[in-house]
Amino acid sequence: MQMNKRMMLVSVAAVMVAGPALAQKKYDAGASDTEIKVGNIMPYSGPASAYGTIGRAEAAYFRMINEQGGINGRKITFISYDDAYSPPKTVEQARKLVEGDEVLLIYQSLGTAPNSAIQKYMNVKKVPQLFVATGATKWGDPKNFPWTMGFQPNYQSEGRIYAKYILQHHAAGKIAVLFQNDDYGKDVLKGLKDGLGSKTGMIIAEMPYETGDPTVDSQVVALKASGADIFVNIATPKFAAQAIKKVGELGWKPVHLLNNVSSSIGSVIKPAGLENARGIISTAYQKDPSDPGLKGDPGLKNWTAFMDKYFPEGNKADTGNVTAYITAKALVQVLKQCGDNLTRENVMRQAANLKDFEIDMLLDGIKVNTSPTNYFPLQELQMRRFNGEVWELFGPIMSGEIGS
Amino acid sequence: MLQRSTETREVPVATIAGVAMPAWRLIMLGAGLVVLAAIPFVLKNFYIFQITLAIIYAIAILGLNLLTGFNGQFSLGHSAFYAIGAYTAAIMMENLGISYVWTIPVAAIVCFVFGFLFGLPALRLEGIYLALATFALAIAIPQVLKSSVLEHWTGGVQGIVIIKPDAPFGLPLSSDQWLYVFSVLVAIVMYVCATNLVASRTGRAMIAIRDHPVAASAMGINVSLYKSLTFGVSALYTGVAGALGAIAISFVAPDSFTFVLAVALFVGLVVGGVASIPGTLVGGLFVLFVPNIAESVSKGLAGAVYGVILLVVIYLMPTGAAGLVRLGISKLVKRR
Repeated sequence: MQMNKRMMLVSVAAVMVAGPALAQKKYDAGASDTEIKVGNIMPYSGPASAYGTIGRAEAAYFRMINEQGGINGRKITFISYDDAYSPPKTVEQARKLVEGDEVLLIYQSLGTAPNSAIQKYMNVKKVPQLFVATGATKWGDPKNFPWTMGFQPNYQSEGRIYAKYILQHHAAGKIAVLFQNDDYGKDVLKGLKDGLGSKTGMIIAEMPYETGDPTVDSQVVALKASGADIFVNIATPKFAAQAIKKVGELGWKPVHLLNNVSSSIGSVIKPAGLENARGIISTAYQKDPSDPGLKGDPGLKNWTAFMDKYFPEGNKADTGNVTAYITAKALVQVLKQCGDNLTRENVMRQAANLKDFEIDMLLDGIKVNTSPTNYFPLQELQMRRFNGEVWELFGPIMSGEIGS
Repeated sequence: MLQRSTETREVPVATIAGVAMPAWRLIMLGAGLVVLAAIPFVLKNFYIFQITLAIIYAIAILGLNLLTGFNGQFSLGHSAFYAIGAYTAAIMMENLGISYVWTIPVAAIVCFVFGFLFGLPALRLEGIYLALATFALAIAIPQVLKSSVLEHWTGGVQGIVIIKPDAPFGLPLSSDQWLYVFSVLVAIVMYVCATNLVASRTGRAMIAIRDHPVAASAMGINVSLYKSLTFGVSALYTGVAGALGAIAISFVAPDSFTFVLAVALFVGLVVGGVASIPGTLVGGLFVLFVPNIAESVSKGLAGAVYGVILLVVIYLMPTGAAGLVRLGISKLVKRR
């Protein structure tokens, strides 16, 4: 180790002296003239196995990239392991990837608890933990964890966007909040409160629920009794559907804001009743393949072609396959930007140097942006309203940038 | 299934290849210790880490085996004791700043008390009814750990990140090597204690209760006391394993201790051999490595492959690894 550090210092010094001679190839473990090893950890089995399709779609995407000649002539070797959403297994698999397979980086490991379990290890080992598949806000902390980066719009950004919308359109309203009592629910709620700023007093009622609760009916009844006319529904699919149904049954007609994780028509809106859901407002950042308004969209065409050829067994109604396509494109961009300097340090430098990068399955106008101090690649969402049949996008792209 | 005893006294003069059985035992034990001692110097850190985990699972399975194998009580809830041990260690290390070494005895005591107290009401339950009660415990524990009342201590859903200890006294070992050595030392103590316990008067009482509670009671054994104590000791073992596991993984979260873990321990128990102490080591290795093997066969069907492997194993070794070894020995043994 001692020797290595000294050699690194010498080589860094040499590079600095040499200046323009940067063009020579540089590699860390996991990269060579012919390949780039990318590690990944997914819950292919266990309680969260529905997300496993993300890993499969990513593998399919890299297969396509390799068939098209790879990245700067290098093929991607995508090594994906199953952790069954169990943090101890995640640690084992991450160590297997880093110490056994010697991957250049780990990308899109899924879940808040699994990623929390390996965050320290990855940062001590200085191996990129890139574009983790969770919306928690804690992944954008370059000061303390410079080797970890999130991807999707984080929960706090989303909360801020609802606050913005409320302040713009219903500034005199009274807000009632239903939220899941865990890190995710509290994260969205914190964003909402931060976004309201000095107007936090608009929230006149908030009711938590536990994931173990059988229903949220009593919470909804209490929230209605508070006299609020804006209802912010921060719940996971099952509970969100219950809340929408109950609001309908009670004859309550608030402005209903529904968080993004529960905006699936198939698993939330339909079970809750299309009529009950009419007029609900939510947010989106990626294109929804089931949206009839997207017919003829070039991005959707590319995605469909990719799915047909490389992942025909995948379910096209599953938005996880869209997420996979988007993040895989982002990773390919980072690796392209790395050029012949495929060191872990340069991977993070390039990941933190994405400027207005567009991906064809992101909603038009939403772009990927990062910087050495901004580890939140996506922070923009667009509002959409349910018209009784489908979601209709409206209004401008909204940013929920932390600190904005 | 539970009628088999580990006692092999009925063949005191048996030999294999001219060497007497007790000598064989010593030879095997010696060879095992040599292998254990060699591992940290031969393998890469990652493999040392995996074997450390396998040993930790073996200790947990040993705890379950004392309960199920030697006392005839079923538990599908040992993940709960594993979790309590793990959180005891994590809270002591991160919130209270106490050295990891002390977390082991404290986790042992805490889990013994929990196990003993849980064992008291559970005494009224037999067989599958007890299994169901412990199952409830396994289901409840992740929720309890997430609850807002305990969140200040448990870190809620986020869990607790632990700093991995380095080797003490400036020993030239990596933290993986040291944790391996530490776990092996703890394991040796636990195995020696378990062997002595089972061979003792208390152990005979435990086995008597398993084989015939009414007869045991007629012999003057306090059945309910022994059952509760066994539950406590069993929880103690699993709790110690939990504490070691928390230190080795350097992270605890409710998602780590779901019902799946309880089932994994149960599988390890059956595969290793019910009422076999060395068999628990096979169980530990199985729990850790077979899911990996299943995954390397097929990613999409990892669960199904695991099931097939399990079926084949149970079909080929209906009494576990220990039963297979016993069968092998009985074929090789020459009786004088």
